[in-house]
Amino acid sequence: MAHIRFNDVEVVYRTGLKALKGVTLEIPRGQFVVVVGLSGAGKSTLIRTVNSLVVPTKGSVTVNDVNVTASRGGALRRARSDIGMIFQTFNLVKRSSVLRNVLAGRLGDLPAWRGVLGAFPREDVAYAHDCLARVGIPEKAFVRADALSGGQQQRVGIARALAQKPSVMLADEPVASLDPPTSHAVMSDLKRIAREDGITTIVNLHFIDMARDYADRIIGMRDGLVVFDGTPEESTDAVFEEIYGRPIDKEKDIRGG
Amino acid sequence: MAADAGPVPGTLPRPPLAGRLRSLLTFAIAAAIVVIAYRQTNFNIASLFEGTSDFFKFLGRLAPDWSYLPSVWKPLIETLQIAYVGTFFGTLIAMPLIFLSSRNTANDPISMWIARTLLTVLRSIPDLLWAALLVPILVVGPLPGAVALTMFTIGVLAKLGSETVEAIDPGPLEALRASGAGKVATIVFAVVPQVAATMISYILYSFEINVRASVIIGLVGAGGIGFLLQVRLNFFDYTAVGLIIVVIFAVVLVIDGISVWARSKLI
Repeated sequence: MAHIRFNDVEVVYRTGLKALKGVTLEIPRGQFVVVVGLSGAGKSTLIRTVNSLVVPTKGSVTVNDVNVTASRGGALRRARSDIGMIFQTFNLVKRSSVLRNVLAGRLGDLPAWRGVLGAFPREDVAYAHDCLARVGIPEKAFVRADALSGGQQQRVGIARALAQKPSVMLADEPVASLDPPTSHAVMSDLKRIAREDGITTIVNLHFIDMARDYADRIIGMRDGLVVFDGTPEESTDAVFEEIYGRPIDKEKDIRGG
Repeated sequence: MAADAGPVPGTLPRPPLAGRLRSLLTFAIAAAIVVIAYRQTNFNIASLFEGTSDFFKFLGRLAPDWSYLPSVWKPLIETLQIAYVGTFFGTLIAMPLIFLSSRNTANDPISMWIARTLLTVLRSIPDLLWAALLVPILVVGPLPGAVALTMFTIGVLAKLGSETVEAIDPGPLEALRASGAGKVATIVFAVVPQVAATMISYILYSFEINVRASVIIGLVGAGGIGFLLQVRLNFFDYTAVGLIIVVIFAVVLVIDGISVWARSKLI
């Protein structure tokens, strides 16, 4: 059974830009999918239609057979609380403590008054600490988020998403602001946790080597369309040159490390 | 050296003619307004000098009568209380309006428009006018003063606050929206930590303005030391007036000093 289903998804932005031109995909439960493509190919847009941060102009996305695209209000919030997301720029509240950032991931499952007062149940606080331990920074709980290195900040981002106890994880260029060794460490953490918890994961990446290293399945996007869908073994250099529409550039397209 | 398309010596590139004409026109209009205003208001620098001797004669009559000091304390404290109460309730009411009227935290376009319109109306009425409108309704005394400053504070604080909120890093907002967190919880977690220090600084600044304003609005009957000043002026009791002016000067100086110091500690 498909866990996430894109049904002929089209997105036209108000500027008239056609970001997605009819994408149909089925992603089974627990799969680790890497979406590759040049910037502007529609990767970020695709990932954001899953939690309706971008609402498709046509077509729909279903998660667990729930039509997220048609959901509004409370139903949309319930759907979103099951979908974790991590970002290229981490999107942490820099002035807040690491623990408070992670606890923010619990807000979707709590009654509004608890969130507003910051009155988290004891087990939620314990769970937030567990999430930090799982990304390897349990000792940073009471440090201000902006005091951490980039790699550590992205781990907090993963812990926050994990605190939602999600069945789906979206990652929008999660390592683009990190150096090569840190990129690999963060990707390994992400992959390990996805495996352990059986989380269906969609990651946007640019780097060819990283896509091949971590993906169960690679989806290539170009100009708002899926132009490749296959295993890492099938995604040869020729395939990537087709996706990127130009020869592979060792500097820009290979992360190394 | 490569002969780039740089400027040739002696023929510096000049800004476009349209731009230069526009600056010239702006300057001409500004100058014209000054000249017209100068004439209409009969502003005359010479008469300022002619009046100098009268001014110093009057200043002499203002020699503070220190024995009047005990009668000043109570209205002085009332003035500070008016400013404090006005700042407090103004802040309380401004807070929800800030988030309702900011583009990135508004609930929906309609409530945003209502909040913005309300704030524009509040801001278009100066504090003195609020006091003048409220004194006949709420009876002479500190109450209309406190209400006037509440209104004034809402307008000022909500404007400054919503500009601060609209300038925050949108990342955490997007992250919490994506996690399914409720709107109010999202604001508490993603926005408040980013704006708290600046907002406290603005609240202190409002208090600073309100102390000065509460003196002025006292003149129209809204209680406090301004009201006392007005009464003494009506009795031509200039030595008392002199003392009141000295006290106001000292208090405003002290409050400003404390506020500036506290704000410097914040950011």
